[in-house]
Amino acid sequence: MANQSSAPKGAATGEAAVDEKILREMYRNVYATRQFELTCVTLYRQGLIRGYFHPYLGEEAIAAGACAAIGRDDYIVSTHRGHGHCISKGADLKLMMAEIVGRATGYCKGRGGSMHISSKLDNNLGANGIVGAGIPIATGAGLGIRVKGSRQVVIAFFSDGASNNGVFAESINLASVFQLPVIYMLENNHYAVSTPVECSAGDCNLANRGPAYGVPGVCIDGNDAEEVYLTTKQAVERARRGEGPTLIEAKTYRHGGHHVNDPGLYMDQEALASWKARDPVNLLRAKINDVSVKQIEAKVDAEVAEAVEFAKNSPEPSVEEFLASIADD
Amino acid sequence: MAELKYREALNRALFEEMRRDPLVFVMGEGIAERGGSYKVTEGLLKEFGPNRVIDTPIAEASFTGAGVGAALIGTRPVVEILFVDFTTLILDQIINQAAKYEFMSGGQGKVPMVLRTQGGAGNGLAGQHSQSLEALFYHIPGLKVVMPSTPYDALGLLKAAIRDDHPVIFIEHKLLYMTKGEVPAEEYVVSLGQADIKKPGEDVTVITYSYMTLKCLEAAHALEKEGIRAEVVDLRTLSPLDKKTLLESVSKTGRAVIVHEACKRGGVGADIAAMLMEEAYDELDGPVLRICGKNTTIPYNLELEKACVPSVAEIIAGVRTVL
Ligand SMILES: Cc1ncc(C[n+]2csc(CCOP(=O)(O)OP(=O)(O)O)c2C)c(N)n1
Repeated sequence: MANQSSAPKGAATGEAAVDEKILREMYRNVYATRQFELTCVTLYRQGLIRGYFHPYLGEEAIAAGACAAIGRDDYIVSTHRGHGHCISKGADLKLMMAEIVGRATGYCKGRGGSMHISSKLDNNLGANGIVGAGIPIATGAGLGIRVKGSRQVVIAFFSDGASNNGVFAESINLASVFQLPVIYMLENNHYAVSTPVECSAGDCNLANRGPAYGVPGVCIDGNDAEEVYLTTKQAVERARRGEGPTLIEAKTYRHGGHHVNDPGLYMDQEALASWKARDPVNLLRAKINDVSVKQIEAKVDAEVAEAVEFAKNSPEPSVEEFLASIADD
Repeated sequence: MAELKYREALNRALFEEMRRDPLVFVMGEGIAERGGSYKVTEGLLKEFGPNRVIDTPIAEASFTGAGVGAALIGTRPVVEILFVDFTTLILDQIINQAAKYEFMSGGQGKVPMVLRTQGGAGNGLAGQHSQSLEALFYHIPGLKVVMPSTPYDALGLLKAAIRDDHPVIFIEHKLLYMTKGEVPAEEYVVSLGQADIKKPGEDVTVITYSYMTLKCLEAAHALEKEGIRAEVVDLRTLSPLDKKTLLESVSKTGRAVIVHEACKRGGVGADIAAMLMEEAYDELDGPVLRICGKNTTIPYNLELEKACVPSVAEIIAGVRTVL
């Protein structure tokens, strides 16, 4: 795959434009996602986590940047690769870890696992095991907001593979016709499992799909949290003004295979190295003073350790209670 | 005879049919270069090339519909949907198009397409990757539904499905891919619509299919030690249903237990039980028992997941109650 896109050289967008507080918030989230997931990989190898786990490693800046541009009251819809979205939207790491380990104390009582975390408290409408299924749901949340007459917005996270599914075309068209307050955040990590985007899209500039439906489409560097933040902020303001949806294509790259058991040998090694050299965690760390970085990291490390302890010490869901709860179904 | 894994048997069926008929082609997500998530299509790309071994974008409704169109003009597509759970995305093309075309065109056109997919619980994959949805397809006139339990059946039935002139929904089970069984070296086909008595017995008929066949056999062998001789009938093909074999077996034993992993409500077992009531009432010595999956979404937690599908112990206990 010689024509695999290499990492952008670095964006021109507003170096100093983002205030320190936002930078620190975003750094907390990219670092927390990184540490949380590296810990999950270890727990997976130990057999504590089962089923599918799709790491967001390498893509952390998109969720962190996008969520920094919205409030607690705004909604997100996530994907099968959803830990980063969840964390950046404010999830409690303890409840997340307990869910991923399948314990009764988890967000979904151990019924959902990694691929299905949702958190009502954070207006996180949830991850999804069905690729693309979140896109119409986000669109519907946008519709609900209009019916209610509130000023909220929705961010729909999804990836390049999902953008080839019919639900994407239908949803973005709906949102355009109805001028819904939805930000379509297309995380282009260049692969759908092992299929490179060049082999599945007739036009690899996926942002172009916006204008085809009367929606502005912007392509940005997804490894640069600041750029993601600033672009999302504009889209959010536009949506709050009632001017409708925006499609943002944030380019990025997975740091490994599709899921934790996929070594990803098919990945373009050169492209991977060039993207890794622009690690989103490192890029953001360099923009924050050392004292703050140390404080944030120490706090997150403690939180992740606490989450693991909490999960391990939590009870398994009771089989008897579960069976009783479905007895009349 | 050679010992093959279920997934290897399926792979051999595809190789043989693609060699035999240049109009057979396969299409799905990650099936060419990667050889499929369960390695069923491994090696096909190398021998048959990208024109007949096609990796698709994540566009299930459209590539399934493309299969229908290609079948209408005389090719024989084998379309793969990674999980039966995702067949919900293609139901228009299956139910309104593939299943009905031949009938509605007055027989002018046929849809000789196979839809290969995979279902079942057991790997901690949670609610959207663990379902057993065969009843959806079983319900639809115009579709054939095949669910093999052994490598031998998988190979022979897939070949028959590919040669069949009608749309066939071919549902594998994720826990079967690594199971092994004897398969003859020479070519053979297993006709659609024929159940197989996997273990003969006199006392009770246990009707099942797919992965549950293995559990029923285990239960039947355990019951044998108590002197209970259960006959295990593996349907292999749900539609067309081999009523003859079922009625003969039930006439012999007078008792029937139906076991499937899918939810009990609205399941295939309900239909078979009703059929036995209608057609074999006088032969039955007692009510037909169903041992099925719980009426619930499959949970992620492994212990909860286990509680949702019939266990060997449950089957043993169930069979005892009807005797
Ligand atoms: C409708 C549907 N089709 C196929 C799958 C299997 N699957 C899971 S993730 C995935 C790739 C998704 O690619 P993309 O949307 O680019 O997301 P990424 O994994 O790259 O984050 C596929 C094919 C699925 N879960 N749902």
